Amino acid sequence: MLELDKFIEWIHSSLLYLIGLDWVVSLIEYVLIGVAFLSLYAVLALILIYVERKICAFFQCRLGPTRVGPWGLFQSIADMVKILLKEIIRIDKTDQLIFKVAPFIVIIGSFCTFGALQFGRGLHGVDFNVGLFYMLAISSLGVVGILLAGWASNNKYTLIGAMRSGAQLVSYELSAGISLLTMVIISGSLNLTDIIEGQANAWYIFQAPLPALIAFVIYLIAGHAETNRGPFDLPEAESELTAGYHTEYSGIQFGFFYLAEYLNMFIIAAIAATVFLGGWQPFHINADWAASFNGIMDCIPTWAWFFGKVFALIFLSLWVRWTFPRLRIDQLLKLEWKILMPISLVNLLLMAVWVLIF
Amino acid sequence: MIKYIKEIFSDIWNLLLGMKITMINFIRPKVTEQYPENRGKKQPFERFRGELVIPHNENNEHKCTGCGICMINCPNHTINVITNQITTEDGKTKKVLDKYMYDLGSCTFCGLCTQVCPQKAISWTPNFEHAVFTRSKLVKQLNHPGSKMEEKKVAAPAAAPKKEGEGNETNVQQ
Repeated sequence: MLELDKFIEWIHSSLLYLIGLDWVVSLIEYVLIGVAFLSLYAVLALILIYVERKICAFFQCRLGPTRVGPWGLFQSIADMVKILLKEIIRIDKTDQLIFKVAPFIVIIGSFCTFGALQFGRGLHGVDFNVGLFYMLAISSLGVVGILLAGWASNNKYTLIGAMRSGAQLVSYELSAGISLLTMVIISGSLNLTDIIEGQANAWYIFQAPLPALIAFVIYLIAGHAETNRGPFDLPEAESELTAGYHTEYSGIQFGFFYLAEYLNMFIIAAIAATVFLGGWQPFHINADWAASFNGIMDCIPTWAWFFGKVFALIFLSLWVRWTFPRLRIDQLLKLEWKILMPISLVNLLLMAVWVLIF
Repeated sequence: MIKYIKEIFSDIWNLLLGMKITMINFIRPKVTEQYPENRGKKQPFERFRGELVIPHNENNEHKCTGCGICMINCPNHTINVITNQITTEDGKTKKVLDKYMYDLGSCTFCGLCTQVCPQKAISWTPNFEHAVFTRSKLVKQLNHPGSKMEEKKVAAPAAAPKKEGEGNETNVQQ
């Protein structure tokens, strides 16, 4: 009813009818998709910044932004205009080329994941046969940008922040990868379309409750650590490192880091929703008596399911962020190497046994 | 090994307890005051030190003798007590208050003046809206024009029991 795949098909067929040449239509569609993704990226960042500020305020018994527009809705737009107008300060004794390239690497790393994400039925850029692998690979590209930014700034705080970020990401990428691998065992495919289709009757977290739940929690923790937020915000620990790796950046260059941080939060939540909570699949009960219930669930458009799940997970991540104090670097590495990593390896085995038995 | 597993479960339980506390705060009513909108609806608490005043009774009389102890005790010369010498009917010279000048701009609201006042003639009000357009308007004359000192025999109607408490405190300090 409210599905967008019909709309996209209509655009395709009407373009074909108007122009007729296949390659021109493809070219126009590539541009259109690029523009759509760029605007989605920017709008999501604005929404996320507003949501973060509001939720953070509510956790601290405040009201958050209330002045710009109704309930402060236009606050993040005003912030965006401000950051676009700010001067980019040129800093001497930095590695100019790397300094300028670093924010782009960070933002490209998070933007490229959008290509493979499935926002709804038929709403995705590319359908890879190794989509999950691609998303893991490309979303961890951002750390290269962070390391370069920290190095090129020629400042001890940025360097320490970048090194911490590197250590953190290399560690937590392991358990995040293993917990996703656990789910690949049950889905039997790295293709995101197959993974989502496999959850049509029941989401994977219900198909294999115990190992999937453990993998889900571990993935959320590890993913949270990868976004450099919450209790794992050592790379930009304000009280120790001023702002960490982006201390020397100003204007829109800083804005890129800021944007990438928020969008990484979205991407982690989106991958978790896709792999564990069925992506855009509605909530179905796999039984005869629940047919009408399933029918009602199908009435909600698939993209609403996807964004609902993602924002629920984002709320969870914000909840965690505003609850726990920051970990020390040794505690951080201990949590990964002594707790999460062994558990996720055992869990991998458990999932394999589970799939063999059931 | 068992200790390791036990620790993990107890740690998860502790983390969940922390999350419960933040969730309670999340749904609790918010404490933010939306100031210009709720103007006049909510007053600061009674003991809030907003502005120094000399309470006058209905006959336009205050209790200040012009002794100047508050002026001496003020750490940054916020108070300036200007007195006149007058001769009473029975031929005594007497010091009376002419102007009690108070510079809000340099007041730190420490409260030393109200603490040391032997007559309890000055007190704080919770009025917090001090904004004016020029700095000179911050210097205020606290005694009303035409006011005079309250005679000792007349019972003080303005004296609240709260001020007696303050008086006791002063005595202890002395």
